[in-house]
Amino acid sequence: MRIAVLIKQVPATDKVKMDEKTGTMIRSEMESELNPLDMYAVEEAVRIKERLGKKVYITVISMGPSQAVEAIKDAISMGCDDGYLLSDRQFAGADTFATAYTLSAAIRKIRRFELVFTGERATDGETGQVGPSVAAQLDIPVVTYVSCVEKITDDTIRVQRLIEGGHETIEVSLPALLSVVKEINEPRIPNLAGKMKAKSTTVLTLTADQIGVSLDKTGLSGSPTRVVKMFYPKLSRDGRIVKARDVDTVVDELIEFMRKRKLI
Amino acid sequence: MLDITEYKGVWTLGEVRDEKISPISYELLAWGRKLANALNVDLASVIMGKDVKNELNKLVHFGADVVYVVEHPKLEHFLPDVHARILEALVKEFRPEIFIASATTYGRTVMPILSAKLKTGLTADCTELNVDTQEKLLLQTRPAIGGNVMATIKTPLHRPQMATVRPKGKKPMKPNMTRTGKIIFKEYSEKMYESKYKWLSFERDKTSDLPIQEADVIIAGGKGIKDGKNFSMLYDLANIFGGSVGASRSAVDMGWIPYSHQVGLSGKTVSPRLYIAAGISGAVQHVAGMSSSETVVAINTDPDAPIFKVADFGIVGNALEILPVLLKKLSESKE
Ligand SMILES: Cc1cc2nc3c(=O)[nH]c(=O)nc-3n(C[C@H](O)[C@H](O)[C@H](O)COP(=O)(O)OP(=O)(O)OC[C@H]3O[C@@H](n4cnc5c(N)ncnc54)[C@H](O)[C@@H]3O)c2cc1C
Ligand SMILES: Nc1ncnc2c1ncn2[C@@H]1O[C@H](COP(=O)(O)O)[C@@H](O)[C@H]1O
Repeated sequence: MRIAVLIKQVPATDKVKMDEKTGTMIRSEMESELNPLDMYAVEEAVRIKERLGKKVYITVISMGPSQAVEAIKDAISMGCDDGYLLSDRQFAGADTFATAYTLSAAIRKIRRFELVFTGERATDGETGQVGPSVAAQLDIPVVTYVSCVEKITDDTIRVQRLIEGGHETIEVSLPALLSVVKEINEPRIPNLAGKMKAKSTTVLTLTADQIGVSLDKTGLSGSPTRVVKMFYPKLSRDGRIVKARDVDTVVDELIEFMRKRKLI
Repeated sequence: MLDITEYKGVWTLGEVRDEKISPISYELLAWGRKLANALNVDLASVIMGKDVKNELNKLVHFGADVVYVVEHPKLEHFLPDVHARILEALVKEFRPEIFIASATTYGRTVMPILSAKLKTGLTADCTELNVDTQEKLLLQTRPAIGGNVMATIKTPLHRPQMATVRPKGKKPMKPNMTRTGKIIFKEYSEKMYESKYKWLSFERDKTSDLPIQEADVIIAGGKGIKDGKNFSMLYDLANIFGGSVGASRSAVDMGWIPYSHQVGLSGKTVSPRLYIAAGISGAVQHVAGMSSSETVVAINTDPDAPIFKVADFGIVGNALEILPVLLKKLSESKE
């Protein structure tokens, strides 16, 4: 069985700090990391490999700038087998549709995969659209919000989805794409052997030419959407902060506050 | 090249849950009405299900001019390929210029599939939608990077212009029982209902009747709540408000409450009218999921806790002492 895991490199969230005065985000040192929510996708693929044995082979695929090799290597150090970086100037400025177009074209080019994993969403763009869009462009079924892989056979997979109000169990034919949520597992910390393997593995880079995509369908020119404006909202609220010297009084004040705002 | 002038009207994607039209569908009509009025076009709602006949007029009362209905036993559960295939057929036949859905697990699954099939754009999780009246284009505003950046996006040359909007972003309009509208039933061949999915079962989450994304009020607890048992206090409070219980990742990681309640970067993004954060420090990853709440109340023993920066009302004090008193006073005033 061949598994592909789609991962993205994103700005490291724990490096994000709030500007005390403006209440906006400071991202001075733009450090990057493997999208934290993609680690669950990588881990699940590796667990399937461990469960089914050696006949499973996991390929990591990412579209991004050359530094994204680091994120691919992080995934390999967790137990994936090889990696591809889709990198080309033409890919810049892609929205989710154009990203998914390029990813699905590359998947087709690389080989047939029985399973494709993605994270629930990337912590920068936060759309969660790339997975379902890749599946639609590959014309394979997608199962989103997967919280448990129950059973895999040669041509089907049974999973649970975490949806509003509970868990749904669903079976789908393979090949299929699964986007997973945090509940599914606890990602491992790579061990020394894993790190050594990642170091010695060469990540192959594919350009637009090599994938064979038409340039007008990738990057900004292939994107149906356009960003027309960006702004930074003020997150801090300058609210009233009171010390609870006397619990009774402070609760009365809170109730009064909520009444005024018509919350009770 | 697509002739965009052939596309007219605003559509919303209704949702059926537990065999009923979900309130989300009425929220969407409030979003759609504003856009349809600005463009001076009809507002339509699409609804798919096994048996939804009884409630269709409600969609009209809540603002729809037209309702497209597709009924079939195979539509009882969400089979993504079937839903997307039918929506694709409807869009190709009736050509709306705008199509919006809710950013629920349903909308966030079926809309990207549909937009890929239609080769058009889709903007996720919008908190604001407007019409550029000059260009007659949909302006879609959404947060990114944990709410730290807002972007306004448009889809100039592709149709329909598609977006999902955050649940609870708007209240449904007051229903008008005298409104009339057109109800159009569509039927498709059995082939349209063939699916690669087999729906097996649904297990309800015992800890939540109301998913946090759809709650008006969220009482959230963090590590400062000290023990899973103490969460019963939060549930009692949530009950008084008719709301839900949320949690920080630390509380979830301690096993005090299931992951479906987690708010934040690796959990859910919520925008309730009231968010009470008790014993939550307010790490950027948590704030990412709740900063768009209308009113935030924070209770924390540490006066320097970052949660106070995003609070409208903050209490420096012990949540385990304050919450029981709040609970007592609120239940007394209810009686
Ligand atoms: C990639 C990534 C993703 C993450 N995603 C999320 C996410 O989705 N959601 C999330 O919440 N976190 C997330 N985190 C974790 C986040 O960084 C914080 O660690 C977490 O939010 C802290 O939870 P907490 O506030 O409950 O605990 P703590 O930070 O330990 O804070 C507990 C607070 O309770 C206060 N306190 C203690 N006792 C009392 C008392 N008796 N009464 C009142 N207050 C009291 C303390 O002063 C303290 O401020 C993520 C982290 C990373 C790296
Ligand atoms: N540039 C990319 N390269 C590879 N995978 C991606 C890329 N962008 C998004 N993905 C995958 O799609 C998921 C959803 O991303 P998004 O739709 O951007 O929130 C991520 O968790 C990744 O698994």
